[in-house]
Amino acid sequence: MTNSIKLRGVLVLFCLLVALASLAPTVMKDRLPMWWQSLFDPIHLGLDLQGGMHLVLGVEVEEAVASRLDSIVEETETLLNERDIIFKAVDRFDAERLKVTVYDAEAGKEVDALMREYFPSLEPMTIAAASGYIEKNYRFGDKEIAQIEDFAVRQALETMRNRVDQFGVSEPVIQRQSDNRILIQLPGVKDPQRAIDLLGKTAQLQFKMVVEDADVEAAKAGVLKPGTSLLYERNVDARTGQVTERPIVVSDRASLTGDLLADAQVRIDTRYNEPYVAIDFNAAGAQRFDQITAANVGKRMAIVLDGTVYSAPVIRERISGGSAQISGSFSEQEATDLAIVLRAGSLPAPVNILENRTVGPSLGHDSIEQGINSVLIGAVLVVVMMLVYYRGAGVVANIALILNMVFIMALLGMFKATLTLPGIAGIVLTVGMAIDANVLIFERIREELRNGKSARIAIDSGYAKAFITIVDANVTTLIAALVLFQFGTGPVKGFAVTLSVGILASMFTAIFVSRLIFDFFLDVRGVRKISI
Amino acid sequence: MELIKPDVNIDFIGKRRYAAVVSVVLILVGLAALIVRGGPNYGVDFAGGTVVQVRFDVPTDAAAIKEILVPEVLASAMVQRFGDEQSEFLIRAEETDDGLQGLRTVLMQKLEEKYGAGSVELRRIEMVGPQVGKDLRKKGLLAVVYAMIGILAYISWRFELRFAVGAIIALIHDVLITFGAFSLFDKEIGLPVVAAFLAIVGYSLNDTIIIYDRIRENRGRYHDKGLPFLINRSINDTLSRTILTSTTTLLVVLALFIFGGGVIHDFAFALLIGIIVGTYSSIFIASSVLLLWDKVSVKKA
Repeated sequence: MTNSIKLRGVLVLFCLLVALASLAPTVMKDRLPMWWQSLFDPIHLGLDLQGGMHLVLGVEVEEAVASRLDSIVEETETLLNERDIIFKAVDRFDAERLKVTVYDAEAGKEVDALMREYFPSLEPMTIAAASGYIEKNYRFGDKEIAQIEDFAVRQALETMRNRVDQFGVSEPVIQRQSDNRILIQLPGVKDPQRAIDLLGKTAQLQFKMVVEDADVEAAKAGVLKPGTSLLYERNVDARTGQVTERPIVVSDRASLTGDLLADAQVRIDTRYNEPYVAIDFNAAGAQRFDQITAANVGKRMAIVLDGTVYSAPVIRERISGGSAQISGSFSEQEATDLAIVLRAGSLPAPVNILENRTVGPSLGHDSIEQGINSVLIGAVLVVVMMLVYYRGAGVVANIALILNMVFIMALLGMFKATLTLPGIAGIVLTVGMAIDANVLIFERIREELRNGKSARIAIDSGYAKAFITIVDANVTTLIAALVLFQFGTGPVKGFAVTLSVGILASMFTAIFVSRLIFDFFLDVRGVRKISI
Repeated sequence: MELIKPDVNIDFIGKRRYAAVVSVVLILVGLAALIVRGGPNYGVDFAGGTVVQVRFDVPTDAAAIKEILVPEVLASAMVQRFGDEQSEFLIRAEETDDGLQGLRTVLMQKLEEKYGAGSVELRRIEMVGPQVGKDLRKKGLLAVVYAMIGILAYISWRFELRFAVGAIIALIHDVLITFGAFSLFDKEIGLPVVAAFLAIVGYSLNDTIIIYDRIRENRGRYHDKGLPFLINRSINDTLSRTILTSTTTLLVVLALFIFGGGVIHDFAFALLIGIIVGTYSSIFIASSVLLLWDKVSVKKA
């Protein structure tokens, strides 16, 4: 046996052994020793095959900017009071402007100095004063806005991670995408609706002062004083389970928000045997809560969660300790889920579901079965056809084909690529196209043989001439597959992966391996005529 | 076994005018279907909306399902049988689930009310918001364009520009006809179908390049016989391979089409049409462009 054949044989054998070793965890699952399983991952199935949920959430970042302004409004009021600067009002305008109204120019100067000192990120805007007052306007710079928005998305990402952790799904994917979007994949999730409820809930907890002198009836008709809004207080009758809603007018501005929470727990109110959620503020939150309650004794404060008022108790005295409770006729499950989302952190801004693809496990199972069936049926058809057409050489091509499929699967496992239903289709397509390389070579060999060349020379020149053609033809498909990989998402990406991997593997098996087999028979076994 | 005799010499170039007529007719039929149906039939991936796949334990029909859902839950909906299954249906609606209270929950409630709790299985739900749909449409189109540019560059580098132009015209031809077939048979164009289009692009080129390669090789041998002869000879030389490979590929895609299941039925359909058209265009269209190019440049000179 010549050295070249030996070397090539060893190489092919080595590749085959590695491939089989890497496929073992997929086929045999847990029956292998731990070190083996830790060395090679089983082939990862896409959501369309194993079932699961694919969500794209959009973060409404403008809301994050608005709520940041709201807290500055609050702080500014406190500061102005502390410094004895007389002012008429501090308001938020639109989503990105803050307005301080004062009575004279001197106070205006003082306000400017104060804002420069405490909130350097705010840019002053000159807007003509109306009706005798002096209006000082400030807005965030573009850079600041971009930063707040970016922070909001990052915080939302973190919150989603925390919530998903509570969910107990194995191998979840949580990724940030462009345009303030977040991608979440939950393989094999059992209760998709609860997942959406938990993930999508903003859990934005706000404490807002009730506007007592507002005309609720007018508000219902759509007439509202600026800076106030109409919300509904939700009330569930414990006995009948009937939900009633009571209109209530509150200040637009949140006095305190849930991001200053340290903890949230479910407790049972022993008097009514009703669950409620006990919350503890962090140091900053406790201080703010203390200030607000001190300044508003005797007024009502609404506890608002995602736009619904849960309760609006009267502040009887200054609360210093930093604890409060949210009661609002919850069921136990509701209270538990509320505590979970409050603990996991609220979203800095509401999210929208932009895309939701959920595949049930039974459909995934069917898809795997149908996919495998079509691969097998397709492969058998090709194998039979090659045998009939090329006989002996057909056997060589079929060996190459089977090796090709083994290598594709092994490479998928080693690259940690995901196998999807279109991915399986890619394998099917590769089976058809991989055989093309061998057809090209065999047709060339036949030509050479017809021209009276010996088997040895026919094979040599057949491979040599077909090689360039095969490379050119495959590179173009590879270009298409790579572009698809760049642009595709999920299942489609899986198609691009198997197609590219299939093309690369087929170059190796159809050219290198089949050549080795021919060389072996010609040089080692001394065969003079080939069956083709 | 040999299907094609080695000395075969079919005059493909002589029939190129008939081929051109056939191609133009096919493309026009596709376009007409497209216009009649008022534009391409985009799936939810591109149009936005919701598709729900449900399976019932009890026999029912599309009209009954529609009656339950429209107009109470959905403003309008398309309900159709899924694949060959007797009790499995696709419900498609324009609504998207942007509120969190779940279209899904309401829908299942309504259906279970009618068919009995536990007798309805929700197998799949795909909801794509209008913005995402728009993004995906743009991405899909860009993918096809970028793939074509990449391929054009590669072929120009490996062969000559006129070969590249011929190859691109052939594959635009293939994609157009396949696109037309989708309109004609009223099939939905979704993300996987775009993937199939790109696979067709790859496959069609594969075929074209093999013939081009032979033209390049034969050029030295038959340099005194003229371009039509050269092209014809090269197509005949590779005919055996073309037919064999197309047949094997067609066989596997047919297996996919028949046994692959409803989820990738349209995907397999695109491949099926694309491979047949791709093989045809490699023989009749790609090479004719070379000839046309030659004639035009001779006239100019």
